[in-house]
Amino acid sequence: MQLSSRIFLGLFCLLVAILLLAPTLVVIPMSFNSNKSLAFPPAGFSWQWYDNFFTNPEWLLSLRNSFLIATVVAILATTLGTLAAFGVTRAAARTGGLLRAILITPMVVPGVVLAIGIYAVYLDTGLVGTVAGFVFAHTMLAIPFVLIAVSASLEVFDRRLETAAASLGAGKLTVFRTVTLPLILPGVLSGALFAFITSFDEIIVALFITSPYLKTLPVQIYSSITRDADPTVAAVGTLLFLATSFIIVAGLLIGMRRGRT
Amino acid sequence: MNATNRTPGASIDIRKASKRYGKFVALRDLDLSIRPGEFMTLLGPSGSGKTTTLNLIAGFTEVSSGSLEIGGKSVLGLPSHKRNIGVVFQHYALFPHMSVGRNVAYPLTLRGIGRAERDGKVRHALEMVKMADFAHRYPNELSGGQQQRVALARALVFDPPLLLMDEPLGALDKKLREWLQLEIKRIHRELGTTFVYVTHDQEEALVLSDRIAVFNGGQVEQIGNGRELYDHPATLFVGRFIGESTVLRGKADIVGGDTVVSIAGTKIVASGKISGHAAPVILLRPERAVLHRPGTGVVDGENRLSGIVEEAIYVGSGSKYDIRLKDGTTAVVRSPLGAPEFAIGDTAEIAFRPGDVTLLADDASADITLT
Repeated sequence: MQLSSRIFLGLFCLLVAILLLAPTLVVIPMSFNSNKSLAFPPAGFSWQWYDNFFTNPEWLLSLRNSFLIATVVAILATTLGTLAAFGVTRAAARTGGLLRAILITPMVVPGVVLAIGIYAVYLDTGLVGTVAGFVFAHTMLAIPFVLIAVSASLEVFDRRLETAAASLGAGKLTVFRTVTLPLILPGVLSGALFAFITSFDEIIVALFITSPYLKTLPVQIYSSITRDADPTVAAVGTLLFLATSFIIVAGLLIGMRRGRT
Repeated sequence: MNATNRTPGASIDIRKASKRYGKFVALRDLDLSIRPGEFMTLLGPSGSGKTTTLNLIAGFTEVSSGSLEIGGKSVLGLPSHKRNIGVVFQHYALFPHMSVGRNVAYPLTLRGIGRAERDGKVRHALEMVKMADFAHRYPNELSGGQQQRVALARALVFDPPLLLMDEPLGALDKKLREWLQLEIKRIHRELGTTFVYVTHDQEEALVLSDRIAVFNGGQVEQIGNGRELYDHPATLFVGRFIGESTVLRGKADIVGGDTVVSIAGTKIVASGKISGHAAPVILLRPERAVLHRPGTGVVDGENRLSGIVEEAIYVGSGSKYDIRLKDGTTAVVRSPLGAPEFAIGDTAEIAFRPGDVTLLADDASADITLT
């Protein structure tokens, strides 16, 4: 390749990277603002918004809610999504394709449309503003991610190993526990991670079914920023950014170690 | 695994077993009896039903109709994990997330065998296949031959009365295959377990087996030891599938008690006759014929067929010739060392006695399935 075109390509990639990172890079300095405003560039330096986040019960409660809901969602969606992935990959090709298309709709349908439907049903059933309501809605949104991650693992899984295990004396459940699950575990774990994050940062449906007594962290961020432009949201944003980066880097490192052995 | 608590081999009795997949008939009315401790090879081309039979015995599929007994007890409806049968697969099927030692220990753990006994049996099984130094390795660190030896240890470690092997050496190169054949044979001798071995390689079948069941079109054409199958094939298919042969076809008449077939204008006499209405053909083994220069070495009562040497190959123990007869048939003849030698293009006469050939009913399908 010509030197000039390589330089051009490099610059272009840099530009795209800046574009992708810009919103995040704006949030971090804002979180250390010493004024009570979301202005960029920030003025001065202070830890006060981090302090506020960790001392204000409203913020802590919403964080706790989000963690609780996301954890239950991760467990539920991973279980259901894994079972669905088995069904889809092991059904006849046409049935499996149809099932997969149906199961993936929550990813395709606009969030607002889903939110309206969920809200309408929840009004009648009294699920608005309840943990169960959040868990149901988010589980539905998270299942497609689990399905995709686990079926990718199942497609490369050698089913003949199950036959071999059966011939050695393992019943169906034992085969699953000792052979199938350990080998598709990377897919299951990444599905669980996706499910957790899907619930943890979900805002559209949450805005519809939230109540003053039950707010998740994204809802709290949203209402805080629309009400009084509180720079605490920048501190929360920075913390979330660090937490997710940590999880993803850890995941990549584990994946690399597995790949080597 | 120890001589003291060795499990005796199990017998297998299959009666009138059929297996259909939709319209496709994989097995039709199969009868097969395997004796305790026997090394039985199921031999046949692909799609002949040999692997289906193995899968039925293993419990991976169920018969559509018929009966199946192992060790005198019906196993119909019994799932494979309750049959206590060792199975070795062509693709090894070792668990990639377990070390060699844990792979071999797997069937013992499932049977609730205590750690001390388990460790002893695993070591013993790995020693038997000469893989004892590899217990801590993982399957992806082993060669194909090593993986298959581990798979063999894993299938035998729980002392099953029956071991099934589905083309276990199919993915290995020739030298390794020949060495492992002898290893498998030695292990069979040591254990006394019933071995059922599936292959499409007739040489492998001859090396390994006590008896061979030749499969064709979902049925067993003939069961016998290598010598019986080679010298007395029951059907043209068996004759052509086992070893090399030349099939001579022509208009046939019964003269006295013998059959006379005219091939390219030459009358060839074969002892005996066949029953039934099918046209008789003559099957000639390459070692049963002797090559002569035209008009020499004539013996009374011997058949003579003239042809042109099309190919001459020195094979160490002698030479192998392809002789093109006047009717276009290519005959295969093996001459021992010291016999007259021929070059390509020479005219040669093939001589053989009427009693040295086999008369069989013609069967066009025998040719098609072999190509």
